[in-house]
Parts: sequence; structure tokens; C-alpha cells
Amino acid sequence: MFSGHLLSVLIWLPILGGFAVLAVGNDSPSTARWASLLVSIATFAASVPLYTEFDPHTAAMQFVERAAWIPSVNAHFALGIDGIAMPLILLTTFTTVLVVIAGWGSVHKRVAQYFGAFLILEGAMIGVFCALDALLFYVFWEVMLIPMFIIIGVWGGPRRVYATIKFFLYTFLGSLLMLVALIYLHLKSGSYDLGDFQRLPLSLTAQTMIFLAFFAAFAVKVPMWPVHTWLPDAHVEAPTGGSVILAAIMLKMGGYGFLRLSLPIAPDASRELSWLIIALSLIAVVYIGFVALAQKDMKKLIAYSSIAHMGFVTLGAFVGYKIFAHTGSQTGIGMALDGSMVQMISHGLISGALFLCVGVMYDRVHSRDIDAYGGVVNTMPIFASFMVLFALANAGLPGTSGFVGEFLVILASFKGNVWYAFFAAVTLILGAAYTLWLVKRVIFGPIANDKVAALKDVDGREFLVLGLLAVAVLLVGLWPAPLLDAMHASTQHLTQQLLVSKLVP
Amino acid sequence: MESIYLTIVLAPLVAAILAGIGGRAIGRVGAQSVTILGVATSFALSALVLKRMVFDGAPSFDGSVYTWLVSDGVTMQVGFLIDHLSALMMVVVTFVSLMVHIYTIGYMRDDPGYQRFFSYISLFTFSMLMLVMANNFMQLFFGWEAVGVVSYLLIGFWYTRPTANFASMKAFLVNRVGDFGFVLGIAAVLYYSGSLDYSTVFAHAQAIAAARLQITPTISWSAISFTCICLFIGAMGKSAQMPLHVWLPDSMEGPTPISALIHAATMVTAGIFMVARMSPLFELSNTALSTVLVIGATTAFFMGLLGVVANDIKRVIAYSTLSQLGYMTAALGASAYASAIFHLMTHAFFKALLFLAAGSVIIAMHHEQDMRKMGGLRKYLPITYWTFLIGSLALIGFPGTAGFFSKDALIDAVGRSHLPGAGYATVCLTAGAFVTALYTFRMFFMTFHGEERMDHHTREHLHESPWVVTLPLVLLAIPSAVVGWFTIRPLLFGGFFAGAIQVAPTHDVLGAMASEFHGPGAFLLGAIAGLPVWLAVAGVACAWLFFLKRPQLADAAERRFHGLYRILVAKYGFDWFNENVLAAGARRLGGGLWRFGDQDLIDGVMVDGSARTVGWFSSVLRTVQSGYLYHYAFAMILGLASLLMWLLWRT
Repeated sequence: MFSGHLLSVLIWLPILGGFAVLAVGNDSPSTARWASLLVSIATFAASVPLYTEFDPHTAAMQFVERAAWIPSVNAHFALGIDGIAMPLILLTTFTTVLVVIAGWGSVHKRVAQYFGAFLILEGAMIGVFCALDALLFYVFWEVMLIPMFIIIGVWGGPRRVYATIKFFLYTFLGSLLMLVALIYLHLKSGSYDLGDFQRLPLSLTAQTMIFLAFFAAFAVKVPMWPVHTWLPDAHVEAPTGGSVILAAIMLKMGGYGFLRLSLPIAPDASRELSWLIIALSLIAVVYIGFVALAQKDMKKLIAYSSIAHMGFVTLGAFVGYKIFAHTGSQTGIGMALDGSMVQMISHGLISGALFLCVGVMYDRVHSRDIDAYGGVVNTMPIFASFMVLFALANAGLPGTSGFVGEFLVILASFKGNVWYAFFAAVTLILGAAYTLWLVKRVIFGPIANDKVAALKDVDGREFLVLGLLAVAVLLVGLWPAPLLDAMHASTQHLTQQLLVSKLVP
Repeated sequence: MESIYLTIVLAPLVAAILAGIGGRAIGRVGAQSVTILGVATSFALSALVLKRMVFDGAPSFDGSVYTWLVSDGVTMQVGFLIDHLSALMMVVVTFVSLMVHIYTIGYMRDDPGYQRFFSYISLFTFSMLMLVMANNFMQLFFGWEAVGVVSYLLIGFWYTRPTANFASMKAFLVNRVGDFGFVLGIAAVLYYSGSLDYSTVFAHAQAIAAARLQITPTISWSAISFTCICLFIGAMGKSAQMPLHVWLPDSMEGPTPISALIHAATMVTAGIFMVARMSPLFELSNTALSTVLVIGATTAFFMGLLGVVANDIKRVIAYSTLSQLGYMTAALGASAYASAIFHLMTHAFFKALLFLAAGSVIIAMHHEQDMRKMGGLRKYLPITYWTFLIGSLALIGFPGTAGFFSKDALIDAVGRSHLPGAGYATVCLTAGAFVTALYTFRMFFMTFHGEERMDHHTREHLHESPWVVTLPLVLLAIPSAVVGWFTIRPLLFGGFFAGAIQVAPTHDVLGAMASEFHGPGAFLLGAIAGLPVWLAVAGVACAWLFFLKRPQLADAAERRFHGLYRILVAKYGFDWFNENVLAAGARRLGGGLWRFGDQDLIDGVMVDGSARTVGWFSSVLRTVQSGYLYHYAFAMILGLASLLMWLLWRT
């Protein structure tokens, strides 16, 4: 029906659906809930053909659409996906369904607006992943901030104003610099087409400036050390659904940006500055791993854990330059990029699941403090099984998705420098330490207090959400081949792109 | 043929899922039946596989089941390598597992987590089989971590006990320290051979041996030594070698059946198995072999000593396990891989027997584990007594028992090694024979002989355990007693592991022994005159004198050697160091980085600081916007001047 416009549908269906839900108003929350569920499921269903009809043998953009948008500046409404964007879009549509179901019973304030915001956010995020036009990319990038800003600001915790402003300023300042870089590239190339940007020869100085401008935008989103401190605050104040989307999808924008913009547009600067990214990534793994150990708030702990895990994404994205420099061969670069991508998908599933787990407990006890819990397994055995599974996945257990990306990145990093692998592998110890210590204090032990004693195990709705995520986590862990096959052509293509110098002769 | 292997692996997995997820639906009997059926199927088929390979001469199998992933030209598969080594391991694992399954019916009878327990031990069996049957490093690591997780879940099985939760986390984290090395080793393997499949990697072994690994621009290490030592660090975690042994004694917090299955017979021997599997790599690095040898021998002797001062019956056996694992590790270091696997097998039987028998004692004692409150149990628990005695004799290497053949050959083999550290290792292992006998029979006498030190109530209820408990004891006692007679020749000297284990001619200590081997009877006669047997007898005698005949002598010795006694009771201070220096240090470091790095430096100075800077800047701007024309004019002139100067300076 919509053949040829599938990506447009995926963007506009949730956005228009979101506005429709807003129009329903807060007076009939039930209608708003059902309508949102319908829209999110429809969007997910519509996104499935992206995988089933995806051609994994080409790195070229697929499902391409292109229409004139702002002719005066030669900007187009150009969409398309490759093996890097496709899995992230599926992750987005999948996660949004779960967030809608999860918010079903736990949100009672301004219900229509809550769900509407998430649907609009979904459309904008999909837009980021499939925009092929830099201006369009930027518009979606910024539009995405607004619903999230509102979600944290309206449904958030007590310090939500501080958190939203910090979140907004951090990300907005970063993206302004990106806009400057995009305009510069437009002036140089006369187009806003990302493909033209990628083909545009640039001097090393220009590339470096562009790289740093992109870096400001993407490093904040990932987030990389030391521009990460907005994330724990935002997570702590955000409602459960907000945390899930933030962790599962929005952080991926940074990783995606590095892969889609930084590496292909400024490959030489990326090579020159790869040491910086690698260093910051390893600091994220080690330093943040220790910081996570010290957290007393469950959401903060998971937030810090996210930062550490996202370190693998950036490490995998940039370690390829060192592999090439060290071995003189490109073998291993693709593995690092594969690992980086799988880590993004996996982290989306696992961190989303962990935030949902915290949400399940928070809905009952209204506390995020680790000290407020203890012995939850006694009263919530089914929930505890899920939580332990996701915790183990977070610790990178083989057989779960958490292992695949980290394993590939560590294997590949060794080819760059044994010390990269050494510091990256520290996550095996630290990741297990902070995650299992959390489980020990929250889940196991005797019943700690009356609130824990009064806990009811998960209901059918919560079971469904956690169960779907558990299946996804295990599926990716036990059989990651389909995911990697879909990405293979694109990561190989990216390998070529990042190795070919585009310096002005 | 492949479907047999798949069934062997999947039967326990399916059973575990049924008992775990459907536990409430199928009930206690359903859970025990389905899991026992699953593991019995695995055992029967494993035995069939072994029989076909050994007696019918079936070739080994190396094939993949499915492609896990393909990345950058590297194919990682789930697949099986079935040769004599893995087939033997499969039989040992499934047999002990089956015994433990049956035993569990009696031991966990009153436990509310009955189905969950069966589910876990079946899941463990699946994981362990995946580990030993792997034909590549990825799957090896999968099984490696999976057994670790089940071990974690089972040590913390009684999750309301804080000590159990602490022990389970400790076990997982210490193992993760080992895995840290293991992963680096795997990465090195991939780097140098371009594959994770055993066959390809072993084919590239010489290339790895020729390579150097650049550690710093000026320092480079031998790649093969680096790889092997990294892999061995993984083995140290799983097989509890010093200093990564600290988790095993604490793992006794778990129910006794899993102490027998996981923490004695199977999982902890995964490291031994892995190094034997990697023999084509280890043979190329004398440095790595020496490291293995010295660490193993040290563990064998010094961990055995701790068994002498422990009073918890399970902990004594746990220290004994550490010590015996040390023996096996030392044998690996001496390139006597076959000897290590032989001892692994006999140890699996007699140590599982000892743990299960100790469990029988514990049930009778109403979950009292302190041997100081036992004594004289012989007449109440006759079957347990006799089987425990057989296990103890096998453990100390009493002539004729299974443990005698494996241990005596092992010490002999290590004594023939010429690697650096072999002399030290031989002394440790030989002296260890005395220590082993001392702690074993101290435990034996304190538990079953002497005065009855339990309270009146306990004594009244003392009775032998039900048949589901004693049957596995008897079935394990048989191989513990006799299996050595039949297996020493084929396993050690008959080329049983040809193709699976490679030994360089210069390292071939077992080959040298083979020429002197004239059957188990002659071996027995020859060994009776040897030092280890006499030391073992002396150890039993000492135990009898100090702990049964004249207990006051033990107290006197304790006072006389008070310093030594304190060191042993403190377990050499490893736990203290780990908890107060490493764990506390990590927590303090994390807290410090968070407060000073994140909150003070990044947020305080940079983020909020820049917010303040903006505030300051805008306040300046506010004063600048004074409305006086000459201020504006002055600012414009100043700006123009700076712009001009900048342009001049640029050109």
C-alpha cells in the first residue's frame, strides 16, 4: 500500500498518531491508552518489512525516498536506510511498544499527553535514523529533544527542572556546533545530501574542525566521559518510560552519528583523533565502572552502567584506525564496527529492561534507593528471575546479547593494541561487580522491610513487557548471526570509507 | 551421529526448562522425574559414545551445529569436538550428575525450592557438556560462563542467607578475574591464528610460537607464553588455583549436592580440562608450563594445610579439593596432561562420594556441619561410614584405590619433569601426600570415631539416610575403589588421548614412565615402597594419634605452634586482603571518583561553573548596556581596533 514510502509512513504514523492521541485529551485516559497502543503496534508492524525485505548484500541505501523540501537551499526530504540504521529503527519501534504497555498502569497524570509525547518522539527518532539529508537530520535531531524535555519536565521526579535544563543545555549546545559544521559542509558542497558530504574532499584542518563540532554533539549524546554528567541526573528524574527511551534509543543517536557522519565525512580527522576517542572510551569503561560501584540509587547505577557500556560503542567505532596502523591490514576493523553496532542494539534491550525493572519496583515502593529494598525475591520470584537475567546480561554473560558486542570489540581491539583490550576487558570484572552487587542488595537476602513484604509479583502486563525483552536478549545472544548478516555489507562499506583519505590534494 | 551429540546436550537443557518454568505445573515428582530422565539419557548416550570410540574404534567427530555469527570473515560456530578426551569427560560429568540428581531427592526433600534446584543442576549439566564438547573458543567460553552462572545461582540457592549471597557473588567475581585473563587469551588466539576453531588454532600453533607481542614500544613478550598464561589465568579462576582460590571454600554455602557436583567433581575441573585441551599451545611455551607447575604445586601443598585446621566438615573437603586441583594443575605443568585427566576422573568419583557422604552426615546431624559436635557416628550411619572410608582411602592414595593409581603416577610424572620449578613441585606434592592423609583422617576420626559430642536431641534422631541418598554413595564408592586398576594402563600409557593431547618429545614424562610400566599389579608393588605411600600412612597415623587417641596432643601442638596456627586459621590472609584492600579499595575509589571527578570537578567546576560564567558574563553585559552613547561608541572603537589588529596579525 505504501510501497516506496515505507520510511515516511514510519515517521509520520507515530507523529500524527501522537497528535491524535493528544487530541483525545486527558479526559478519557482509556481511549488514549488504546489509541497509543494501536499506533505503536501499527508502527512496529510497519517496520517489520524493513528487515524482511532488506537486501543484506548491498551497502547502498534502501527504501529510498527523495522529495524536494526547501528548494532555495537545495534541501530534500530524503530518506533511506542501510544495515546500520535498520536495526536501530526496529529497536525504536519495538521499544516504543513496550514503553506504551509499561506506561499503561503506571501513569495517571495527563495520560494522553504522556503517550502522545512518546509517539511523537518515536517518529522523530526514526527520522534521525533514516534522514539522508543533513538539514532534515538536524531538524529531527532537535525535534527529538522537545518531547523528551517535556517527558522529564512534566512526569519527572522532584529535581526534574534541574535535570531537564542540564539535559537540554548539554545536548543543545552540542548540536548547535553540529549545525555550524553542517552549514559549512553545505556551503562547500552546495547540497545537504549526506552522500555528497561523504564524497566531499576536505583539508585536514577543515575535517578536524568538523570532527570536533560533530564530536560535541555526539559525545554528549552517547554520552562520553567527561560530558556524561547530565545522564544520571536525567535518568533519575525521568519517569520510567522516559528512562527507557533515553537509554535504549537516544543514547544510540550519538553512536549512530559517529558512524554515519563523523567517520565517513571526516575520515582523516577521525584517524588523527582516534586516540582521543579511544582514550575517552576506555576511561568510560574503567572510571565509570568504578563510579557505578559507588551508587546508592538504582537508576543512577544503571545510568552509569550505560555510560560504561556505551564506551564499547565508541571504542569499536574508532579502534579500526589503530588496527590498520598496527597491522597494516583492514582485518578486524569490520569486527570492531560489528561489535559497536551489536553493542548498541544489545544495550538498548538490556538497559531498557533494567529501567523497566526499576520502574516495576518503583511503582510499588516509590523509592529508587537500593537501601529501601532487600529480599525482593521472597515476594516477587518471577520478577526476580527477570531481574537476575537482565543483570547477568548487563554483566555480559555469553548467551545473552550483552556478551556479543563486548566480545567482538575486545577481540578486535586486541589487534589495535593489547592495552585497549586489557582496559576494555576490565568491564568483565567491574560490570559484574556493580551489577551483581546491586542484585545482591535488592533481590536477595531476607525481606528487608514491610514494604518489601507487601510486594505483589508482576502482573500480566509487566510480565509481557519483561518477557518480550527477555526473549529478545536471549535471541540476540544465542543467535546473533541474522543481525550481523544484515549489517555486514554496511560495516564493510564503512570500513572502506574510513580508510580512504579524502584530503584535498 | 550428530543427533546423538545434540541429544546428549539438549536432554538436560529441556529438562531444566521444564522443571524451571513448568515447575509449579509438573510438581516435585514431575520435576525430579523429568530432570533425572534427561541426565540419564545423556549419561547413557555418553557411555555409548565412549564405548564406540574406545572399543569399536569410531573416529573422532568435529563438526558444527549452527553458525553463531560471521563477522569480518571470522566464523564463530556452535559445534562439537568429540574425541577420547571429551568423551571421557562427558561420561564423568553425566555419571556424577546422575548420582547427584538421585541423591538430591533425599537431600532436598523438605526444601521449598525443590523444583528450582533440579532445574539448576540440569542446567548445569547442559552448560558443562557444552563446555567439554566445544570445538571452538567461543563455545568454550559460553560453557565456561554458563557453569559459572549456575554455580552462582546454586551457591546462593538459599537466598535469604546473607552469607550465601555474599559467597555466590564472591565466587562469580573471582571467576570473572580469571575470565578477564581468559578473554585476553582468546583475543590473542584470534589475533595470531585468525580463527577461534580449535583445529585451525592448533594448526597455527607454530606461527603463534614464532610471534612476539609488543607490550610497550621497547618491550615485547613471547606471544605463545602470553596467550597460554592468559588462558591459564582463566583456568586459575575456575579451578581455584592460588591466588584465585578464595571463592571455593565459601562456595560451601550452597547445598551439599552441588558442592559434590559443581565444586568438586566437574566445574572446578573445567580449568584442568581446558589446559589439557590446549596442550598443543602450552607445549610450545616452557614459561607457561613452569608457571602452571609452580602455581599448581603451591596450591596443592598450602591449601592442603588449611584442611588440617578447618572444623566444618564441608570446608575440610573443600580445602582438599583445592589441594587436589593443585595436583592436577601441577601435572599439567609437567606436561603429564593424561595424568591430570586421570586424576580428574578418579577425583570426580571419590570427591563426589566424600561430599555426598558428608551430606548424608549433615542430614543425620540436622544440618550441623561442625565436626567438633560430631564423633562416633559409625554405628548410626553404617553405609555412610563405609563409603566415606572408601572415599577417604582413595583421597589419600591408599594402595589399590583409584586415587592411589592416579596420584602416585602423577607425583612420579612431575618428579621426572625437567622444567624450572619441577624440583619444588615434587617436594610440594610429595609432602602433600602426608598433609592429605592427615586432614582426611582427622576428619574421618572426628566424624565417625571417638566420643559422641552431639547434643542429646540430635543423638536420639540419628539414623542412616534413605536409599536415594545411600545408593549414589555405593555407586560412587565402586569406581572410587577399583577404577584405577582398569584405567591406568590405557589412560596413561596406552595412547588413549592420542590426537586429543599433544606432548612435545622433550616434555614426555609419561612416555618415560611407560617403559617402566608392567601392569597395575607391578605398579602397585613398586609404589608401596615409595615415599608418597609411606607419607600417607604416616599421615593417617598422626591423625589417629592427635585427633583420636590423644586429642590433648593436638591442643598442645596448637599452643606450641601458635603463630603458624594463626596463619592457617586466617587462611594466609587472602580473604582479609581481598575484602579490606581490593573490594574496599574499589568501593572507595568508586566513591572518590564519583564525588571528586563527577560531582566536584565536572559538574562543580565545568558545568555549573560554565553556568556561573555565563551568569557573570551576562551581568557584565547588563552593565555594559548602560544606555550611554559614549559607552557604545567606545566599545565599537575597541572592537574595530581588535578586529583590525587581528587581521594585521594574521597576514
